[in-house]
Amino acid sequence: MAQVDLAYKIATADAALDSIPTEPRASESRAIDYRNLLRPALGWLVPVLTLAVWSVAARREWVPPQILPAPGAVWQTLLEQVRSGDLFLNFGISLGRVAVGFALGCLIGVALGVAMGLSRRVEDYLAPTFNAISQVPVLGWLPLAMMVLGIGESLKFVIIAHASLVPVAINTLKGIRSVPRNYIEVAEAFQFKKSQLLRRVVFPATVPAIFVGLRYGLTQAWLSLVTVELLASSEGLGFMIVWGRQLFQLDLVLSAIIVVGVVGLLLDRGLARVEKRLLRWRPVWDMTGAGS
Amino acid sequence: MSASAASSAASLSTARFLRGLVVPLIALLAWELITHYKLANVHLLASPSAVLKNLTFQIEEGELFSQLLASLRRDLTGFLLGSFAGVLFGSALGLWRIADRLLGPSFDAAKQVAVFAWIPLISVWFGNAEPAKIVFIALAAFYPVVVNVHEGIRSVSREHVEVARAFRFSRLQTFKKLILPAALPSIFSGLHLALIYSWLGTLGAEYLLAPAPGIGNLMIEGRESLAMDKVLLGVILAGLVGFSLNSVATRAESYFLRWRVRNA
Repeated sequence: MAQVDLAYKIATADAALDSIPTEPRASESRAIDYRNLLRPALGWLVPVLTLAVWSVAARREWVPPQILPAPGAVWQTLLEQVRSGDLFLNFGISLGRVAVGFALGCLIGVALGVAMGLSRRVEDYLAPTFNAISQVPVLGWLPLAMMVLGIGESLKFVIIAHASLVPVAINTLKGIRSVPRNYIEVAEAFQFKKSQLLRRVVFPATVPAIFVGLRYGLTQAWLSLVTVELLASSEGLGFMIVWGRQLFQLDLVLSAIIVVGVVGLLLDRGLARVEKRLLRWRPVWDMTGAGS
Repeated sequence: MSASAASSAASLSTARFLRGLVVPLIALLAWELITHYKLANVHLLASPSAVLKNLTFQIEEGELFSQLLASLRRDLTGFLLGSFAGVLFGSALGLWRIADRLLGPSFDAAKQVAVFAWIPLISVWFGNAEPAKIVFIALAAFYPVVVNVHEGIRSVSREHVEVARAFRFSRLQTFKKLILPAALPSIFSGLHLALIYSWLGTLGAEYLLAPAPGIGNLMIEGRESLAMDKVLLGVILAGLVGFSLNSVATRAESYFLRWRVRNA
């Protein structure tokens, strides 16, 4: 179980990062107003300085444009990609792959997690195999998957599904196992039937843990999508990066990297928003309390 | 009484162990049968016995060992560099508010990019050989360490800081007696994650950058020459290394954090 614990810890740690309040703490909010105005400006200082140095370096040709293109060139390329529709084409392809793979991974992951969580017997049968499979990093399966599946769409779906399946299954299992005892005791006192117990107590109490798994799974899905596309694809954002690299058009590489970052951010924040909406009925979910 | 309870517990755990073997054995049997009766493209699918034979052959040749060693060396060098830089950067963000304000947003933005997307850029700046691989592995290890060190330092409770202030702790004392112990569990989580990510990064770097001895390379080579036994060997090794790194990290974590009081 050490592996399961670890992966859970990882997943919760990742999610906890986003739950760290960014608002000033109570004692600080009394501070003078101009600090509140200054704060976001400070965060912009480093990017702006970097951009300035970068553009000066590019203009004076301290480094050849094949090594570091000017920021203006990157921006131009990005606009051009948007205008020509190439960007949306590749973006759409990448997004479609993640959608199918992630949906598959979630479905199988939740099913596996629920089955193992509800029945010790099922866990006995499946957990060792599951643990062994999840020990191999997603990338470790890639060459094998390429041999068996070729480099078509099914390869991408399988790799992405696998990447998201593991954290989703582990968190679902963990979530079911850590339903507070007193909830179950109350349900027993009310003489809930088994189906009632599951529907009214176990599943609602498990949803937050499942969401931790989903968010972590989505991050993993996006990461492995980019990797698969770098290695074996002729379309998609990852391919754009490789293509730009081969042509030594670093402006294309950099603009694709920016898009990869923005999409990663939007996917994570989007799921966080869905999570918040679905968990509105809960007063507060103590992330740290569910684990141990 | 206690003896019989112990023996029944033992037989229960044996039963659980045996149940765990059912699925792998069925899969292995199916695999052997498929290759034996040529139900699939045997050219591609090597039988388990062929994989085993190749394994012993490679071990005798000593080639496997050197490949493994090359990957591990790469992995650990990158891990050490990345986590060292990560501890420094994360501490700076955690200890100095101004550093956090200045660099935090930029770091958060850079973190959003899936780390493998940097590989093509790294290959332009650092070449295709060993240095580029190590830079990439270090980058993969860097992010989780920064995030966790930062978070650990910020998790120090206000009350404790106030107590330290009341006792007129010096800056060094506050750091040694308060911040470090409070942040340590989180720092270890970060290092643990970094170990996992750097192994993932090692495989990725070996796939995507210039070929050189290593487990990832073994697999890519095997795929290109359609030698599935080689690829499978690589998968197993990748898993074993991941597993070993994991258990070492877990051990080290519980050893160094053994002073921690378990709160119920």
